[in-house]
Amino acid sequence: MMTDNENLTILGIESSCDETAAAVVRGGREVLSNIISSQIDVHTVYGGVVPEIASRLHCENINGVIRLALRDAGMDFGNIDAIAVTKGPGLVGALLVGVSEAKSLAFALNKPLVGVNHIEGHIAANYITHKDLKPPYVCLVVSGGHTHLAVVKDYRSFELVGRTMDDAAGETFDKVARAVGLGYPGGPKVDKAARDGDPEAIAFPRGEVKDRPYDFTFSGLKSAVLNHINLANMKGETVNVADLTASFQSAVVDSLVGRTVRCASELGIDTVAIAGGVSSNTALRREMAAACEKKHIRCVYPEPVYCTDNAAMIASAGYFAYLGGVRDDESLNAYPNLKLG
Amino acid sequence: MKILAIESSGLTASAAFLDGETLKTEFTVNNRLTHSETLLPMIREMLDIAGIPIESADAIAVSAGPGSFTGLRIGAATAKGLALALNRPIVSVSALQAMAYGLSILSDAVICPIMDARRAQVYCAAFRCGAAVLDEGAKDIRDFINELAAIPDAEDAEFVFIGDGVPVHADTISSELPREVIFAGALFNRQRAAGVAELGSIIYKDWLLKHGLSAEEVSKAGADSISCFEGRVMNSDNFVPEYLRQTQAEREMKAGLLEDAGKHSLRKMQDKDTRRKREQ
Repeated sequence: MMTDNENLTILGIESSCDETAAAVVRGGREVLSNIISSQIDVHTVYGGVVPEIASRLHCENINGVIRLALRDAGMDFGNIDAIAVTKGPGLVGALLVGVSEAKSLAFALNKPLVGVNHIEGHIAANYITHKDLKPPYVCLVVSGGHTHLAVVKDYRSFELVGRTMDDAAGETFDKVARAVGLGYPGGPKVDKAARDGDPEAIAFPRGEVKDRPYDFTFSGLKSAVLNHINLANMKGETVNVADLTASFQSAVVDSLVGRTVRCASELGIDTVAIAGGVSSNTALRREMAAACEKKHIRCVYPEPVYCTDNAAMIASAGYFAYLGGVRDDESLNAYPNLKLG
Repeated sequence: MKILAIESSGLTASAAFLDGETLKTEFTVNNRLTHSETLLPMIREMLDIAGIPIESADAIAVSAGPGSFTGLRIGAATAKGLALALNRPIVSVSALQAMAYGLSILSDAVICPIMDARRAQVYCAAFRCGAAVLDEGAKDIRDFINELAAIPDAEDAEFVFIGDGVPVHADTISSELPREVIFAGALFNRQRAAGVAELGSIIYKDWLLKHGLSAEEVSKAGADSISCFEGRVMNSDNFVPEYLRQTQAEREMKAGLLEDAGKHSLRKMQDKDTRRKREQ
């Protein structure tokens, strides 16, 4: 089938963690459908994602999700030019469901198959929201599993300049939320609780990594928060959750914004993007935009629905990979520790 | 009636194509390769060599389990993708029954498929003359042996053991089951897709007969237009593996070992963190 690039229609499939998702995207930027079946209520009971339960639910839901994505787009498989699927990083058992399904579809329908790096997918979410966005730009990818600072040189060329030495930013939100009894998932709950708090109430540390100006560390911050709570408990004092979460969040946001903007300034790049689940954090968005404005840097981030895991971003990244000549075959595997670039 | 069968419940990855009464082709690999990299390339090669177009399959029969959770899901998602793309039904087949099928219809021996389920347990069942005499379950090997010894009218029967549980439990079985015990050889002792195909075709035929349909009619109309699926014949959306075991998290939650997430003490959380870091 001959199709010009702008009409190239990709079915994206995502199953790397606890969302079973499928989407149809045209030309890499126009979302025709975006179906997400979230398992969050199931995992909340366990205080976090249980990999085996996640894998079972993916297997149960995947066909229905794909069907809905086609129906919402008003299409059938005949309208699809290629299939893109998350091949990693993520939970191996969860990834394998999407990968196996996508391989079978591509094989039986005789369509091209493109394996997509989940982190590249998060970055590509910005192309959906900002139709004019083009590389180069600096992108901060922050989620429950990732904290990466990357220079996006071209649609498919990334230079990883910084990453976390310990916990991912989103993981830290989850742990702090659990410690103060806000529950799972921590990101949105901390964000909400912090709105009424004073970000300067408690002076939490902003971790630095020696000789690595763009790397992140959150373990010191996490310990400081947990110690603060322990100390208060021992003294029989009540923790002011609003102040504590606001101060914690401000420490995380400072670390993230400081490095990102400095990186763009030092490299002379005029655009900064944020991506990943934590990029929907209101404080991060606000502070990043403010810091960028001071330096006359353009700041972009995806709409909230494209910040957390979704398949539209996978279809978008798959589109650029497809144009770049990427083709996978029936032996495509899941790569739980896949790196960016 | 043409059936494409998939079996990946254990270490073996296997695919087969059955056309009526003829097994056109079967590919089996048992060499510790990952199913994810093996299964679909194998199906493609197999169909290529046999000159069979994938679209000619009337139904996809898949080994539903029990077995390795991940292996089952690779087979399941592969089958679901094929069935969704081709608009064909899935026929869900028991891994244990498929393994025992060939032997159990040919003699009155008690055929005992056992799969290593770790923690001293086996996924097991027993069949005689094609019918189940002990239902499937995840059991302690000694409990299973006791149940086998209590099967009525089988004092003089041979007890044939197959499956990857045999190398693990052969000594226990030989010494503790007071019956004539046989351990089947390589031809029968592992999962094979041919068994899944044949059993799947029988299940599918029964369903077709009951509803007065032919396989060709269903294929022409497409599985999506059929509303009378039932039992082991289903639309691909509804197929899930039969794990026979809850997840560890669910078991612990049920047993009250896992506290409600909110009640986690800080101490416990920090301990867990350190432990995890050390493991990495």
